[in-house]
Parts: sequence; C-alpha cells; structure tokens
Amino acid sequence: MTASSAVHDISIVLAGEAGQGIQTIEQLLTRILKLAGFHIHATKEYMSRVRGGTNSTSIRVSSRPVQAPLRRIDLLVPLDDKVIPHLQYRLTEETIIAGDREVVGDIPRLQHVPLMQPAREIGNEMYANTMALGLILGLLAVDAGVMEQDLGSRFAGKGEEVVANNIRAARLGHDRGRELRESGAIRFAEIAAHDNGNEIMVNGTEAIAMGAIAGGCQCITSYPMTPGTGVITFMAQHQHDFGLLVEQAEDEIAAINMALGAWYAGSRAMVTTSGGGFALMTEGVSLAGMLEMPVVIHLAQRPGPATGLPTRTEQGDLDLALYAGHGEFPRIILAPASLQGAFAISRQAFDLADQYQVPVFILTDQYLVDTYYNTAAFTLEPRQTGRFTVETAEDYRRHRFTPDNISPRGIPGRGQGLVGVDSDEHDEEGHITEDLELRVKMVDKRLGKLARIKEALPAASLEGPEHCRWLVVSWGSTCPIVREAVALLGRADLAQLAIQQVYPLPAELHRYLAAAEQTIMVESNATSQLGRLILRETGHRFHQAILKYNGLSFTVEELVDELQKCLSVS
Amino acid sequence: MNFDMGKIDIAWCPGCGNYGILTVLKSTLAELEINPRDLVLVSGIGQAAKTPHYVRANFFNGLHGRALPPATAIKAVNPQLTVIVTSGDGDMYGEGGNHFIHTIRRNPDITAIVYNNMVYGLTKGQASPTSQPGFVTPLQVDGVSAEPFNPLAVAVALNASFVARTSIHDMELTRRIFGQAIRHKGFALVDTFTPCVSFNKTNTRQWYKEHTYVLDDHYDPRNRTAAFQKAVETGPWPLGVIYTSPPKPSFEENLPVYKSDRQPLIDRQVQWDRLAALLDGMKG
Repeated sequence: MTASSAVHDISIVLAGEAGQGIQTIEQLLTRILKLAGFHIHATKEYMSRVRGGTNSTSIRVSSRPVQAPLRRIDLLVPLDDKVIPHLQYRLTEETIIAGDREVVGDIPRLQHVPLMQPAREIGNEMYANTMALGLILGLLAVDAGVMEQDLGSRFAGKGEEVVANNIRAARLGHDRGRELRESGAIRFAEIAAHDNGNEIMVNGTEAIAMGAIAGGCQCITSYPMTPGTGVITFMAQHQHDFGLLVEQAEDEIAAINMALGAWYAGSRAMVTTSGGGFALMTEGVSLAGMLEMPVVIHLAQRPGPATGLPTRTEQGDLDLALYAGHGEFPRIILAPASLQGAFAISRQAFDLADQYQVPVFILTDQYLVDTYYNTAAFTLEPRQTGRFTVETAEDYRRHRFTPDNISPRGIPGRGQGLVGVDSDEHDEEGHITEDLELRVKMVDKRLGKLARIKEALPAASLEGPEHCRWLVVSWGSTCPIVREAVALLGRADLAQLAIQQVYPLPAELHRYLAAAEQTIMVESNATSQLGRLILRETGHRFHQAILKYNGLSFTVEELVDELQKCLSVS
Repeated sequence: MNFDMGKIDIAWCPGCGNYGILTVLKSTLAELEINPRDLVLVSGIGQAAKTPHYVRANFFNGLHGRALPPATAIKAVNPQLTVIVTSGDGDMYGEGGNHFIHTIRRNPDITAIVYNNMVYGLTKGQASPTSQPGFVTPLQVDGVSAEPFNPLAVAVALNASFVARTSIHDMELTRRIFGQAIRHKGFALVDTFTPCVSFNKTNTRQWYKEHTYVLDDHYDPRNRTAAFQKAVETGPWPLGVIYTSPPKPSFEENLPVYKSDRQPLIDRQVQWDRLAALLDGMKG
C-alpha cells in the first residue's frame, strides 16, 4: 500500500535544534514549492523549548491534493546529530539522508553535502538552513529563478546584505541538489506540476483566524497558551487592517469574561486557548449559559493532564468542552477536519452563537493549527454576517419567553429599552428571582434551544456505501488521514463517516451506524471520548477503536496498518 | 433622569450602609444627567453586587470577582456608554484581585465603587481582605492574622488615574466624590466605607465616624508621594480624593481601533475587500 503512494509523493523532512530556524525554512519552502505548482502538505512537530532538542518539519510534495501526513521519509535533511535517533522510526531502506558530515557525524548511508563551511564563508552558520532549502529545491528540479525571487521578497525588509547572502546560500544548495539529481546520485520520481494560481497556502491557525474575521469577530481576548496563541497573534498582526480589538488578558478568567462583556454590548468576540487555559474559563462558559450570551471559544487541544506535552497534539479535551461549566445549559461543539472546514466552521460559529445565544466551541488541535497545505482560496460570498440583535422597545425584556425559546437579544444604548443580565436565576427582565416555578420555566427555555440547534446544524459526511460491512468513524483533524488510508485500502465494503459537528451529534448518525455490520472509531485520545459520547447519545457501541495518544498525529501508513488489523477481525 | 425602580424587594438588612450608597449613587447619576439607556452597571457577587438590580439602567451582574473584565470590554466596544462597577471588598479585592491590578494598569474609562465593610455579608460573616487584624469570625476563630489589603496604596503604586475613599456616614462627601469619579476620564476607584450591621460589630457607623477625617483643601492629590503617605494612614483614615495621576489616555483611547476612527466598534462592518486581498496574498 505504501509503495503505491510513493509513485505520487515525496516525503521530505528537515530537522534540527530549536532556534536553528526550521520554522522559517518550512514557510519559505512550502511557499516556493506551491509556486512551483506542486501539491504540498506540511506539518511540524517540535519540543517545548526555545533552544536545543529536535524539531522537525515534514513536507509532502505530491502530484495530487494531499491533506494527511506520511510516516515514511524519502529525503531527510538533518541539521544536527540528534535528528537520526529522533526520527529513526520513520526511516526506511530507501530513505535518503542528505546532510553535512561535520554536524551529522559519519552515519551510514549519508549523502554528504557540505553546508556548514560554505555557510560560514557566507558569513553565518545559520545560512546552512537556506542552503538546505536550496538543496531540496534543486533535487526537485524547481526553477532557481522562482526560488531567488521569493527569497528576495521575503528578506527584503532585512537589508540588501541579508537578501544577497540568502540568495547566495540558496543558489549554492540548489546547484548541489541539481548536480546530485543530474548525476543520478539522488533520484526521485518526477512530480507533475499543476496550475494552482487560485489556491492559497495556509495553515489551520490562519484559517481559524480569517474565518473569525469573516464571521464578524471584532474582538479577541486571550492569555497566551500553545497551541492556541497563533490565532490571537494572527489577529494582532492584522488588527489595523480589520479594526480588531486585541487584548492580552491577565488570565483566562478575565479573557472569557471580557468576551462576554463585548457580546453583551453588541460586538462579536472570541477567546483562543488550550486545555489548561480553558479549564480556567469554565466558570465563564457557565455564565454564558445562564446569561444566554453568545461566545466563541477556540480550544486548540494538546495532550494533558496539567501541562502535559505543551507543543504536541491530541483530541483529548472533548469531554472537557462537553462538560465544562456547572449547571445544565446547551452548547455547540464543532471540530474542523480540514483547512476549508476550519475557515467555514470558524465563520459559522459566530452566527450560530449569535442566533442561539449559546457558547460555541471550535475544537482544533496542535496538528491542525500547525498544518499547511494548498487549498482553494476561501469563499467569502455571501459577503455578510447574520444579524440577530434587535433595537429594544420601551418594555424590552432580555429573557422574554417566546415559542422557540429564543429571546430577541437587544444591546445597551440601542433602542428605548434596558438590557439586564444576571448570573443568578432571573426573571424575564434579568432580575434575581427565587420563584421556583419561574426557575423551571427558565431551565426549560434554555435547554429548549438545543432542539432548534439540532435542526440547524449540517449533516455528517459519509463517504462510501450507506449499507457497508465496515464503517470507520472519526472526527476533526483525524478525518482526512482516515480518508486517505481508507482510499488506499480500496475496499468496496468499507465506508468512512467524518464528523465535524461533535455536539449536538448529527441527527442521521444513528442510522449510518446501525446500517454497518462493524464499526470502528478512530480518535487521538486514550479513552475514545467521541465513542463514549455516541454510546451515551445513541446507544451504539463501537466494535473496535484505533486510539493514539503519544502526542503525534496519525499518519496514513499507520492507519492503513491499524485498519487492516481491524478488518482481519470478524 | 429617574433611576428609581419604584417598589422593589431589596435584599439588604435594615440599617445597612448600602442603602445610603444607593441613594447617593442614584441622585449623583440624576445630577450628571446620564441617560439610563446609556448607562451600564456591572457587578460580580455579594451584597454590593446586587446594586444593579436596584437602579433603573442596563446591567451586567456577572460572576464573583469578575466585574472588571466585562466592564472593561463593554466600555471598549461602545465608548458612548457610561460604565460603573458596584462591588464589595471581597468581590473586588479578594476573588477579583488580579483583575483589580490589571484593570488599573489598562485604565479603562470606568468607575469602580467598592463597598468596603471589612467583612463578608452574603456568605455570613467571614473575614474579607480588608478585615482588620484580630477581627474574630466563625471561620477566623482566633481572629484575623493576615495583613489587611490596602486598595488605595496598591492603586497609587499602579499610578491609577483616580483614587478616592469616602465613608457613607458622610453622604455629602460621598456625593461629591461619586460625581468626580464618574466625570473623571480613566479608571476611577472609590473605596467606600460602609457599615455591615449584621456581621461586623466592630467597624460600625459610629466607628467609621470616629476613625476617619476629611482631607482639607490644602491637600494636593497630584503629589504621588503624599498620596502614598495618605494611603497608608490608618488611624484615623483619611477621606477624599487621595490621588490623581498626570493625565493619560484611557484604555479605549489607546486601542488601535479608535486611533483614527471614533465610531464605536459595535457599529462597524467586516472589511471584506481587505479580507479578499489578504487571501489573494496567500496565493503566492
């Protein structure tokens, strides 16, 4: 199975210590490869440290669209000697290792490429990175002119000398790569280029942030926490263009309470965080439930408990998002599977929150936020956001009972009425009450919104026959990896169900599950959190589960292997 | 302007100092001719935090200790609103201590009136951050040993833009200070002594009267060193405007969104063309 995918793909890994600039090279490389017309998927794994350790970026260059990482490495470019042991498990008989003996050591099968000495001659050992970039592009026969033009514009702000040195380093690397390719020392299958002029190169963080802007988000308040920080950073970088209020709060408690204040006063607001930070926000989630206040929460998951593995990935906080906040109240949890999904869901989250006056979670993870690939430019049409607030009349009551349980939401200073909200149980005007009959009516009103939400949310996407022997179910960022593995297995009796709408669950879910003979759940956590949610909500118990929780995302080959094991059980 | 709610059920004990604060607050708002529709009262939890239910205005009665973050955001997204926080010593200085520090640093144009009765009322008589050493409660059975929190000294240390203390036994002074605080541009703190008739038998109305004095006209609140001296005085406690910082921009004025455009954030639209241009830039 793996061999057949090698026809279309080259899996390249660049790795070195934190602080060696791997991330900068990743951004440059993915962009230049995209300009060259290739399909690209790039993802990184890194350690929670500013210097040292081993960080790697995996770039998949393909002749067809790719949205999933590979385990195998075709070309490894190590920038120090710790890389090989770190990535040993991904090396195959065919892996080519191209690097400088000076830093990697005299390892077997090394294709020695001088990087350090030429870099020093140019002026700084850091130029070894740019040489490595050139080397990879030369090996892939990417036009040197495209490379140099892009480096020129990228480093333009840093002065002529930096531009010239980088171009010189890249050209040296490119020449060396071309020589190795032309001499046949290193040879890859040719990757066909395509016209991708209408595609963008984007990562999950950017997709979430731009989706929020398109969703009318004006305000983001957060406390930095990996891997959620990227969204507020992106919005800070673009705040002048988009008129965004960006505030780094003193803690996550302040962040979510600020967001609730902003929504109350008529602005759309969000927070971005990860598990530990979100844990502090839970009282604010409960407050949103009681005030019937919209709020959007981007929760980028990383492995816990506690500080866990700060820079790695997991789908381990579904239970946290599902149960966060004391008391009973409705919520919506959406988990984008792709970058298109990240943009669309992030945008939609603001309308859903506004319309139903509930907290809406965008549940991502480190893998998704840090993953780049080329995809069609996001659709902005229709260029409008839903409008769900009303101008208040003199007799306005914020929590007025209505047939659909949704009270028209007014904002202070816009209309003739007054807008009051209270964290205590309250009457229609928002004033404290201990009228216990009213209490029951208010609980029913709040929870009654859930039925409306279920009707409004999109369906789950099923790929393959509705009546199948095997149904593989996954959610969020894991779905595209499962999709490729299922496609590689190429079995007519195998279907895939991808869930982006995690809560409330899609109405037709139970029908799909019941129609399959055997069901398999794939999740990046240890206890099958979605599997247990589905059991609770539908009574369906999955026959098998593939669970991963070592801090890394699934890979295509790994899922092919695991699914084959599942399919051999019957 | 009428801020009166008419006949309502108020949850405070007969003789509570909070009634005086409520009366002064409503009459001050009327004097300032603030429109109730453009006023938002924000509070957390506690007896003082119930005040928004007793004033005819918009209100956001949130969580314990969390009055300042929503108040900051409400003012930021619509600077046309007048935002006043009514909070107790436990709500503001205990549960909300971190927000107290950082809100002063941000300097939003809001007023925080802290009803300081040196005891917890709603939870029935435990020590508060401002309870005095030796104060015996059902929970602090051998008396409070922790150093009392000094909100004024902290505020002066943070260069707060307006720092005052009043005591509700002097309603005229309180009216004057509330007025100045609400008119002040930037964060205004008014620590307001008020007796708790049910749970604090030490710091009574009479005690506040005997242990306070009003700063005279010669006192210059712009002198930060003198303000520190006044802030740490405890016997007797000075009342009046303790400190005003040199003029500085408010949080809202510092926000890039208002640098070149004063239109409230809530009235603005998505910049679709710029978003399309940003996406175009990602094509290569």
